[in-house]
Amino acid sequence: MIDREQVLHVARLARLELSEDEVSRMSSELSKVLDHIEKISALDLDGVPATTHVVEVENALRPDEPRPSLPREVALASAPATQDDGFLVPSPQA
Amino acid sequence: MSAVEYEPVIGLEIHVQLSTRTKMFCGCALSFGEPPNTRTCPVCLGLPGTLPVANAEAIHYGLMIGMALGCDLAPRSIFHRKNYFYPDLPKGYQISQYDEPLCRGGRLGDVRIHRVHLEEDAAKLVHVGASGRLHASDASIVDFNRGGTPLAEIVTEPDVRSAEQASEWLKLLRTTLRQLGVSDVNMEEGSLRCDANISVRPVGTKELGTKTELKNMNSFRFIERGIKAEVERQIGILRDGGQVVQETLHYDPTTGAITSLRSKEEAHDYRYFPEPDLTPVSITQAMLDRAREALPELPAAREARFKDELGLNGESARLLAWRAELGDYFESALSSNGVEAQPLANWVTNELVQRLGGDADPAESKVEPSALAKLVALVGERKVTQGAAKQVLDKLVAEGGDPQAIVEAEGLGAVGGADELAPVVAAALEANPDIAERLRGGDMKPIGVIVGHVMRETKGRADGGEVTRLVREQLGL
Repeated sequence: MIDREQVLHVARLARLELSEDEVSRMSSELSKVLDHIEKISALDLDGVPATTHVVEVENALRPDEPRPSLPREVALASAPATQDDGFLVPSPQA
Repeated sequence: MSAVEYEPVIGLEIHVQLSTRTKMFCGCALSFGEPPNTRTCPVCLGLPGTLPVANAEAIHYGLMIGMALGCDLAPRSIFHRKNYFYPDLPKGYQISQYDEPLCRGGRLGDVRIHRVHLEEDAAKLVHVGASGRLHASDASIVDFNRGGTPLAEIVTEPDVRSAEQASEWLKLLRTTLRQLGVSDVNMEEGSLRCDANISVRPVGTKELGTKTELKNMNSFRFIERGIKAEVERQIGILRDGGQVVQETLHYDPTTGAITSLRSKEEAHDYRYFPEPDLTPVSITQAMLDRAREALPELPAAREARFKDELGLNGESARLLAWRAELGDYFESALSSNGVEAQPLANWVTNELVQRLGGDADPAESKVEPSALAKLVALVGERKVTQGAAKQVLDKLVAEGGDPQAIVEAEGLGAVGGADELAPVVAAALEANPDIAERLRGGDMKPIGVIVGHVMRETKGRADGGEVTRLVREQLGL
């Protein structure tokens, strides 16, 4: 069971603002998701490694060769605000 | 109640920027002071729909580090997402490694290695004051040039017992990494950064105390001072009957103040999960072979060779091996002629280092390695005294040149046999009758006064042993 406090904690971590209705709805929906996952625990999975990747590809690596970067004006084009050739953001220290 | 003695228990976390050509997960060239936001692409800006691809060379460097530190190399390792929000992290997570890192275990010198993993660096934030639109200090400017630079994070076991040991060991690590050629390892420029996990416990106990994490100290001096200050702070708290609170701290080297960094508990709730956009890394035999072939002679091996093959004493061997630039200079000088190893080592590690100062690389000085070797050989042949040779070295450091020529031009050659020295010694005894009397009486302590007098008269060109012999001869001792 996911309680109200856990929902609010996860919401805070995800920077989500939930209404009271949403908090209670999430509480029940997330609980159902966990209930489903609980079913897996009922299986005997000793010695079965966790699946971290669903496709069996390994070592898709890139040679260390530079490629052109974006012109700055393109990189900054979608920024809500800019200053001194950078992305202007609210201070994380504030 | 008798005072309890406490001992510090320190573990280090070192972030090393790898000197690959491109970033960890995209083809942007690494930035060295380029104008802001000129080394970015959709991947390192974290734009939706982009896919990271790991840099093969960064993995190669990671394997070299693992081998140099004697780690177990994981046959298979994966990347994880470390989730948190901060403006220097455009995706809302950092790609790092979690429970399946590239390397585990190992040892360097007297400190065990816990793990080494690969990750991406964050962007650079500049906090700005009042601007036209915003109130003072509530805005930051993000430069993503650094974002995505490959990092190796090296985590030690809590084996360090003092601030001095921490800084000594870091110097060994820095030299090792520099010899590997995997990083610029420049603390001031941030390519080598160190955090310390610090706790204290009563001497003789095994249980670990509550630890704090001291962040991002950017010089060896600050690391030493910061750790010292934090150890003292913790001992003070415990002596007063208080409890250390687990937190992340910042040390301000200018004020010596230690302040709490992230107070929000949830900042540490990273919700790691496997990065689905990157494939696992499976180390192949070819990758291992290539990394092994790329390993140079490392400081520990070099120290042993200096001791065993050249017969250097432990202190010289260690200093020359741990400061690779000194070792390189020493070996270059040693190869230039038949100079003896130990005296040459002494001249490099004492006189030369003293004159060049701090961390200077003698290869960038005006003193050619062959010139220093020649000077040391002249001293060995007693053609120049120690004192005069130091004057020659002053000249070499200032202007460069040939020591033999300087000796001749400045008249610094050793004052020869008794014929030349005897009158000077006689004059010195005459000038110091009371000293001469005491010497005659068998009290040899003040002989230094006579030797000093002769040295002044000869500008340091007299051989101390010869002066002493002449003093005894002339006084009939």
